[in-house]
Amino acid sequence: MKPINEMKLSFESRSCNESFARSAVAAFIAVLDPNVEEISDIKTAVSEAVTNCIVHGYRDGIGVVYIHVKIFEGAKVVIIIKDKGCGIGDVKKAMEPLYTTCETGERAGLGFSIMESFMDKLKVRSRPGKGTSVTLEKSIVSKGK
Amino acid sequence: MPVDIDIEETCVTAYISGEIDHHNAAQLRRKIDEAVEAAYPQILILDFGAVTFMDSSGIGLVMGRYKLMRDLCGRIDIQNAPRAIGKVMRMAGIEKLISAEREDKRI
Repeated sequence: MKPINEMKLSFESRSCNESFARSAVAAFIAVLDPNVEEISDIKTAVSEAVTNCIVHGYRDGIGVVYIHVKIFEGAKVVIIIKDKGCGIGDVKKAMEPLYTTCETGERAGLGFSIMESFMDKLKVRSRPGKGTSVTLEKSIVSKGK
Repeated sequence: MPVDIDIEETCVTAYISGEIDHHNAAQLRRKIDEAVEAAYPQILILDFGAVTFMDSSGIGLVMGRYKLMRDLCGRIDIQNAPRAIGKVMRMAGIEKLISAEREDKRI
């Protein structure tokens, strides 16, 4: 199925871009008239995925974070967030609630749990040394209500 | 990342505003911890009334302060969390943790 609208974004993995990334995605899907809760769910999930690219994917330096947003018929939004960083050896383990490899930064280990519960679907693909791609999916059903 | 800190005898209140994400959590943490380490309060209240966005970095912030206050034999409390922020907190079981603590210490 072909999307009815799409946008691509790439930016450096600097933490000051986290706010820009989630706001840009929210602005792009505003045309679907989502309600406050849907917007907030999407912004939170995007923020988690982008933070993972910055904190984990590119933990040793600065790389490029790619976001691709597609809107399909029926107000279905698909967001792909990708890095070409270190990758995840054990995706299943990484997705367990409270699991984190970050020992210094007070990370809660809840990023994937939040993406999973705030979106309709979550898919994670990763190859060590190659990078990680997270696909988030949500249908906007409220029409502003 | 603005935070206004109010210190009263045994209680420190941190009025947080704006967005809590990985980028600004560190600065926020530093400012709150400075106040706590200077005042040694029994209670640290985190006020989320003016917070417009929070992801799991906010959970890390709350859990870190929870541990800090526990080490000081005090406790934390959370107030005025908007709906969206409450949703993130519930995911992590923060509200349950804090109300259990409140019952336990009765301060």
